[in-house]
Amino acid sequence: MEDLKQAILDYVRMEYLEEEDDREVDESTPLISGGIVDSFSMVSLKRFVEKKYDIQIPDADASPEAFDTVDSIVALVERFRGP
Amino acid sequence: MAYSDQARVSYQKELEGIREEGLFKDERYIHAVQDAEIVVEFPIGSSLKTVINMCANNYLGLSGHPEVISAAHEGLDHRGYGMSSVRFICGTQDIHRELEDTLTDFLGTEDTLLFPSCMDANAGVFEAVLNDQDVMIADRLVHASIIDGMRLCKAMNDSYKHSDMGHLEMKLEEHQDRRYRMVITDGVFSMDGDLARLDEIVALAEKYDAMVFVDDSHSTGFIGRTGRGTHEHFDVMGRIDIITTTLGKALGGASGGCVSGRRELVEMCRQRARPYLFSNTVAPVIVSGALRVMEIISGSTERRDKLEENTLYWRKLLTEAGFDIKAGESPIVPVMLYNAKLAQDVATDLYDEGIYAVGFFFPVVPKGQARIRTQLSAAHEKHHLDKAIDAFRKIGEKYGILGLGKKELIEKFGM
Repeated sequence: MEDLKQAILDYVRMEYLEEEDDREVDESTPLISGGIVDSFSMVSLKRFVEKKYDIQIPDADASPEAFDTVDSIVALVERFRGP
Repeated sequence: MAYSDQARVSYQKELEGIREEGLFKDERYIHAVQDAEIVVEFPIGSSLKTVINMCANNYLGLSGHPEVISAAHEGLDHRGYGMSSVRFICGTQDIHRELEDTLTDFLGTEDTLLFPSCMDANAGVFEAVLNDQDVMIADRLVHASIIDGMRLCKAMNDSYKHSDMGHLEMKLEEHQDRRYRMVITDGVFSMDGDLARLDEIVALAEKYDAMVFVDDSHSTGFIGRTGRGTHEHFDVMGRIDIITTTLGKALGGASGGCVSGRRELVEMCRQRARPYLFSNTVAPVIVSGALRVMEIISGSTERRDKLEENTLYWRKLLTEAGFDIKAGESPIVPVMLYNAKLAQDVATDLYDEGIYAVGFFFPVVPKGQARIRTQLSAAHEKHHLDKAIDAFRKIGEKYGILGLGKKELIEKFGM
């Protein structure tokens, strides 16, 4: 769980923050509603978790709300990874 | 009644929400030809006011040029008002093809296809040439019309951080398993006024076997030594696979756009691009006017040279006055304020001083990046810019923003 959270956090920082970006991102930072990730570039995040955890997230579940925080993404990944 | 009271009330609430967020867009009625000075009715119903226009895309000052108007009249007389047809049924006149050939020569490409607008060109082009085996890799600040076009296309989409070549290279490596890769960028970015690093983009695209797409709407006619566009500026003419651009900005400003580039890709658009296939041909009067525009700008660089001088002069005036502007060389000069309310207030006060410039804030630009976007034109004379800077300085003093950088502005006004 912690590894999963850290991996997603690392990816979000690498993929979406600029070098001079002084915004802090933690597991509860709103990514999409906070303007860090737009709904268009969200797809690379979805692809990242699908590839890394070998899961398929149906489009219906890949809502901007489900991808809005690292915590919610972790919950989504865990749901599709199963027990 | 199908449009129920419930539906009406819910739309009214939604509109009210847009208003409360400060995102409601009011139109201003202009009672004049588009020019450096225009006569405006704003708010609606108020008396007319002459203001200096600092927000038009009329970069070359050709929107109301007498020769262009006269050519449009001739087109009206000889080729009529409308064609009442899409291009491929009975909507293609000799002058449509003539304009396409002229644009091909000017842009240094292999072929060109006209569209009703560049928005339509961008909406149609990706779907026409790419499929689900391909990937589109776009700069994150590309124009909304490109994003719409990408959404309509079945190819995988991905994006790279704005002008970040390292990130682009990573994405190109990641997608080597796709059939075709297309790197997608604006030539000049409309909100920041910066130029895409096309020389580096082309080099990466050649290294990783990718096509390059550039929307040069904010460049065609004036960027580059002879105004051909961003590809001329970076000396990569002939190495861009698809250029889309507009007749709606520097090239007379009426409407219409095009896809220009590799012969086969343009032909695929002619066969498959839905906005081309299912919307009306560009009106003859616009084609005739645009042909005259192309003659004017192909024959002399006088207008783009004047625009360049105006740009340098305006950037110098703003910098000397102590405004925080986005560095660059394009005639799009954003005055950074960061706070959305401040941007709106400054724009309102500038208007009272006779300067028409517009505040931009989220969602048009990222949160905390609010600004006044100023745009230069070859129609501006030095006295227009001198008057404009007096107003900017006066309003800058009023809010105490002169000499403040990003950090200080955010500290004082918030994001």
